Amino acid sequence: MRLEPIANPGLARRVGLPVVALALTVIAASLLALLAGANPFATLGLILSGAAGSKFALLETLNRATPLIFTGLAAAVAFRARLWNIGAEAQLYAGAIVTVLLGTGALGLPAALLLPLLALAAMLAGAAVLLGPVLLKTRLGVDEVVTTLLFNFIMLLFVSYLLEGPLKDPMGMGWPKSAALIPEARLPRIVTGLRLHWGFALALLAAAAVWVLQTRTTLGYEIRAVGLNAEAARFAGIPVGRVMVKTALLSGGLAALAGFSEVAGLKGNLTLDLSPGFGYAGIIVAMLALLNPLGVVLSAIFVAGVFVGADSMSRAAAVPTYIADILTATALLTMVLALRLTHARVRWR
Amino acid sequence: MDLLDILLNASFWAAAVRIASPLIFATLGELICERAGVLNLGIEGIMVAGAFAGWMTVYLGFGLWTGVLVAVLVGMAFGFLHAVLTVPFGLSQHVVGLGITLLATASAYFAYRLSLPEVTSPPKIAPFQPFEIPLLSKLPLIGPAFFAQTALTYLAFALILAVWFLLYRTPLGLALRAAGENPASVEAQGLSVTAIRMGAVIAGSGLMAMGGAFLTMSAFSSFFFEMVNGRGWICIALVVFGAWRPGKAALGALLFAAFDALQVRLQQTPMGAVVPYQLFLMVPYVLSILALVLMSRRAEVPAALMIPFNKGER
Amino acid sequence: MTGKDRGGAEVVLRLSGITKRFGALLANDAISFDLKKGEVIALLGENGAGKTTLMNILFGHYTADTGTVEVFGRSLPPGHPRAALAAGVGMVHQHFTLADNLSVLDNILLGTRPLFSPRLGKAAARARVNGLARDFGLAVHADARVGTLSVGERQRVEILKALYRDARILILDEPTAVLTPQETTALFATLTKAVALGLSIIFISHKLHEVMEISSRVLVLRHGKLVGEVETARTDRHRLAEMMVGAEIAAPKVAERMPGPALLTLKGVETPRRGNAPGLKGVELELRAGQITGLAGVSGNGQSALAALIGGLESPSAGRMDLAGDGGADWSPRAAIAAGIARIPEDRHRTGTVADFSLTENAILESYARAPMSRRGWMDWRAAEGFAQAIIDTYDVRCPGPSARIRLLSGGNMQKLILGRVLEAGPRIILANQPVRGLDIGAVTFVHNRLIAARDAGAAVLLISEDLDEVTALSDVIHVIYEGSLSPGFPRGTKTPAELGLWMAGQGFREAGHAA
Repeated sequence: MRLEPIANPGLARRVGLPVVALALTVIAASLLALLAGANPFATLGLILSGAAGSKFALLETLNRATPLIFTGLAAAVAFRARLWNIGAEAQLYAGAIVTVLLGTGALGLPAALLLPLLALAAMLAGAAVLLGPVLLKTRLGVDEVVTTLLFNFIMLLFVSYLLEGPLKDPMGMGWPKSAALIPEARLPRIVTGLRLHWGFALALLAAAAVWVLQTRTTLGYEIRAVGLNAEAARFAGIPVGRVMVKTALLSGGLAALAGFSEVAGLKGNLTLDLSPGFGYAGIIVAMLALLNPLGVVLSAIFVAGVFVGADSMSRAAAVPTYIADILTATALLTMVLALRLTHARVRWR
Repeated sequence: MDLLDILLNASFWAAAVRIASPLIFATLGELICERAGVLNLGIEGIMVAGAFAGWMTVYLGFGLWTGVLVAVLVGMAFGFLHAVLTVPFGLSQHVVGLGITLLATASAYFAYRLSLPEVTSPPKIAPFQPFEIPLLSKLPLIGPAFFAQTALTYLAFALILAVWFLLYRTPLGLALRAAGENPASVEAQGLSVTAIRMGAVIAGSGLMAMGGAFLTMSAFSSFFFEMVNGRGWICIALVVFGAWRPGKAALGALLFAAFDALQVRLQQTPMGAVVPYQLFLMVPYVLSILALVLMSRRAEVPAALMIPFNKGER
Repeated sequence: MTGKDRGGAEVVLRLSGITKRFGALLANDAISFDLKKGEVIALLGENGAGKTTLMNILFGHYTADTGTVEVFGRSLPPGHPRAALAAGVGMVHQHFTLADNLSVLDNILLGTRPLFSPRLGKAAARARVNGLARDFGLAVHADARVGTLSVGERQRVEILKALYRDARILILDEPTAVLTPQETTALFATLTKAVALGLSIIFISHKLHEVMEISSRVLVLRHGKLVGEVETARTDRHRLAEMMVGAEIAAPKVAERMPGPALLTLKGVETPRRGNAPGLKGVELELRAGQITGLAGVSGNGQSALAALIGGLESPSAGRMDLAGDGGADWSPRAAIAAGIARIPEDRHRTGTVADFSLTENAILESYARAPMSRRGWMDWRAAEGFAQAIIDTYDVRCPGPSARIRLLSGGNMQKLILGRVLEAGPRIILANQPVRGLDIGAVTFVHNRLIAARDAGAAVLLISEDLDEVTALSDVIHVIYEGSLSPGFPRGTKTPAELGLWMAGQGFREAGHAA
C-alpha cells in the first residue's frame, strides 16, 4: 500500500475521521470493561458521570485539568519547534521544589507579591532544567528525547533525597514530605467553598498568552519556521539555535507552572506523588490538540475527565483505573492516524 | 571493603553480567529497529509488557520457556502496532513510540490489577536457575561471571553473535541496513522497504520483551509496578553509545552494568553512609546521558533513521 | 503508432495506452510505443513533460491508472519493481539509488539473493562484478564505500547494478546531466558496447545534441503526451526543439558590457570538509559589478562549500573574504543579506521554502525581523501580505493567493517567489545556485532574463550550475571548480566545451599544479 496526498480534504474527511478515532477509543473502553466482567454501558456511564455528572465532579475534572493545561502547553510549544521535550515531569518537580523552598516561610511577603514571585521563580527553575538538554542538542547534537526522559528519573531521585533530607518536614511523623506552605503562598479558590483554585485561571491565561505568542509575534513566527523546516529557517537567517533555546526556556517554564499550581493551589506541600505522570500526559494533551494552545485547554479537560471519571468508576465497578491510561493512549494513536488519513488516502497498489 | 575488594570479588562480576543481560536483549532489539530506519520509543512499555506477560504465563502454571515465548509474542504484537503506524502510514516515530509505551505499560498494569485485584505483596514464581557450565565455571572471576548464569543470560550473549551475523553476513541483514541508509536503494532493487522495516520493528520488539521477561523470570521472581524503571530509555542511549553495532552496544551494556553493580556495592561502604543513596541510584541515568554526550561527535547514525519512506510519493 | 518496419527486429518492450494522473495533473496521457532489440531510443522532453513518470511506471515504482507494459511479449504486473527486474529491465535513476555507507559490492548485491539465504556469496559476486566492469568499460573499485565515489563512478555502479542482474533493457534517466563532456563520451562508449551485445536502451534527456548522437529513434513527450516519433537520421536539432517545446529554443541574449569594480573578493580562502563534500582550497575569486561569473564543475566538487561561504552559512577557516564597503565581522546568513547578497538556494524545496508555510510567510522569511514586517517583536501581517502580493504581481507567480500553502505551487512558481523575495531588496550581489534545475522552459527563460537584467543593472552575479551549456551561454567569465580548487577565470568564448570538460575532470589543475 502507499499513501497519496490530498491537497484540500473535504469537511467530511476533516470531521469524520477524528469522530471515528473517538468511536474506536470508546469501543476499546467497552472491550476493556467486558474483559473485566463489567457492563460496558454502565462502565462508560460511570466514567462520564464521574467526570461531569455533578458540580463536584466537574470541578474535580477542571482541577485535574489545570496541571495538564500547563504541561500540555509546554509540550505544544516545544513540539512546534520540533524540540522533543519529554521531560515536563522533571520541570514540573523543579517548579514545585522552588515553590516549597521559597513558600514555606523563607520569604515573608504579602500574597499579592509572594505568589507572582513564586510563579516566576518556578518558571525559572523549570526553564533551567531544560536548558541542559537543549544546549546539548544545539551544541553537540545529542538527541533531546532520551536526555529529557532520563532527567525525569534523576529529578525524581533528587526530590526523594530532598524530602528525606533538607526539605523534610520535621513535623511529618517520618513521612517523606515537605513542610506546608505559609498561607500567603497558597493560591486562593476562585469561588469560596468550591474546590477550584486560581491556578486554573492562570492556566487559561497561559494558553491565551501562548496563542498570541505563536500567531502575533516574531518569536512565534521563528518557532514555527524552525519546526516546519529548520534548514530553510537557518538559510533565511533565523538563528535556529537561539530560537530552540528560547523555546526550551518557555516550555520548561510552562511545565514548572504545573508544579507551582499543584503545590500552591491544591496540595500545600511537596510529596513524591505530587504528579501521577502529568508530564507524560501533557504530551498526549498537546498531540490531541494538534499543538494548538487553545485546543490544549479542551483536550486537557477531556483527558482530565477520563482520569477523574475512571477513578470514580473504579470505586464503583471492578474495572482497574489503568483503563484511563489505556484510553488516552488509544485516543492518541487513533487521532494521529486519523489526522494522517485526513491529508492522504490509502492506495493499495 | 574498598574499591579493589569489590572489583576482585567474583560476585560483583556475576552481578554485572546479570544486570547487563536484560539490557543486551533490549539494546539488540532497538538496534535492529534503528538499523532499519525506525526509532522505537515503545521500548520502555514493551519491556513492561514482556515482563508481565512472561511472569503471568508462568504464574498460571505454564513452563518457563512458554513464558518467554508468550512474552516475545506480546512484544511482537506491540511491535506490529508500532510498525503499522510508523512504516506504511509514516506517522511520527516519536509520538507513536511514546504512545505505544503508554499503551503497553497501562495494558500490563491493567491486566495485573484485573487478574490479582486483592494482593498486597507481589506473588512469586520459580524463576530460571543458574546453570553452571562444567570446568569453565571454575575459572577465577570469569567463571562465576560468565559461566554460572541462567539460560536466559547465555541466550542474550548468543544473540549478540546472531544479530551480528544476521546484519553483516546475510542478504537479509544487508537489506535491513540498506533500508536504514537509503530506502530508495532497497526499493530500486525490487525489495519492499515496508516489509523489511516492519519485520525489523516486530522482531526487535520481540527482543525488547525478552529483556523485560528477564527481569521477572531470571533477575527477580515477581512482577511489580515501575520495575523497568527507565531501562528502555537507557538501552536507546546504549545503541547510540555502541555506534549502532551489536558488539559495541553489548560491550556498552556490560560496562554500564558494571557501574550499576558497583554503585550498589559502594552504598554498603563507609562512603555510602555519608552520600545519600539517591545519588547512587542516579548513576545509571547520569551515565547514559554521559554516554550520549561522549558519542555525539562520532556517531554514525543510519542516514535514513526516523525518515519515513512513501513509495511513489511526489 | 509504431508502424515502421525496422527489418523485423524483435520487439522487447511494448507500452500500450499508459495514463497516469497525480491529482489534477495528467502526467502521462495514453502513451504507447515499442522498443526493439539492439536499439537506442531517446525519450525527449523538457522538465515536467512526464518522462520520469513514464519510466517509473515501466519499472514498477508507480502504478499506471490505465495501460499495460509488455516485456519480451509477457505483460508485467503493475507496481512491482521486482517483476521488472526479473524480466530484464534495469533502470539508472536520475537521483542515484545507492546507500552511501555501504560498499559498491553491497549495493550491487542488495536484493540479488533470496533474503533468507544464509550467505551473501561475496567472493563469487566480486569476481563477476570485476568481469562486467572490464567488459563494459566501467572501472570502479568493488570494495570502496559509495560515499567516497565521484558522481561519474556512482553512475557506473548504477549501471553495474543493472548488468549484474542480466538486464536486457536499460533505462537511463538524464544520465549525462551530472557528467563532464569526456565522461559523457565514455558513457556513450559503454552504451554502444551494450547495444552490440544485444541490449536495448531507453535514453531519457532534454539535451538535443546528445539525443542526436546516441539514439536511432526519438520519441518526444510534451505535457504528458507523445507528440512525435522520428528516426534520428531523418531529423535535426531545430525540428526536435520545436517538437519538444512547440517553438524553437532561443538562447539567452547577453550583450557585451564593461564590468564594474569588484564587489566581493576571495583571497586564498579555505573551508573545512563536510562529510563527503570537499571544502574550498586556496580559492581566489572576484565578483565584479555588471558581470555574470559562471561556476562550472561536476557536482560534489565544492560548489556547495562556495555557496555556503558566500551565502553566510560558513566562514573561511583561512584566507580572506572582502565585501566592498563591508568588513567581515560575524559572517552569517543575516550578515550576508544585510550586505546586499541575494541568495537563490540550490534546493528550493528543502532550503528555499517552508512547504507548510503560506506564500506570505515564505515571502518574508528573510525580512520578517525588520519594519514594516514587524515592530518590536510584533508581526504586522497586513504589511507582510502586501509584500507577498507585490511579489506575486511583479514576478507573475501563479497561485490561488498569498495565503495558499506554497507546497501547492509548481517548481517554477516557487522559484519565482524566491526570486522576488531576494531581488525586491535590490541586491548588489546575486548568488544563483542551480537556479533553473528542474524548471520548464518558460520558467527557465524567466529566471535567466531576470539574472541578465540584474547584471545589466549593475549587480555582480555568481551562477553555479552543473549544466555546462547554461554556464557558457550566460557567463561573462567562467571558473571551473574541482575538488574545492578554482581554475583561473576564462572570459566568454575563450574555451571550448571540451576544454572546459578537461578542467572539470581535473586536468588543468594537475598541470597547473595547484590541486591536491
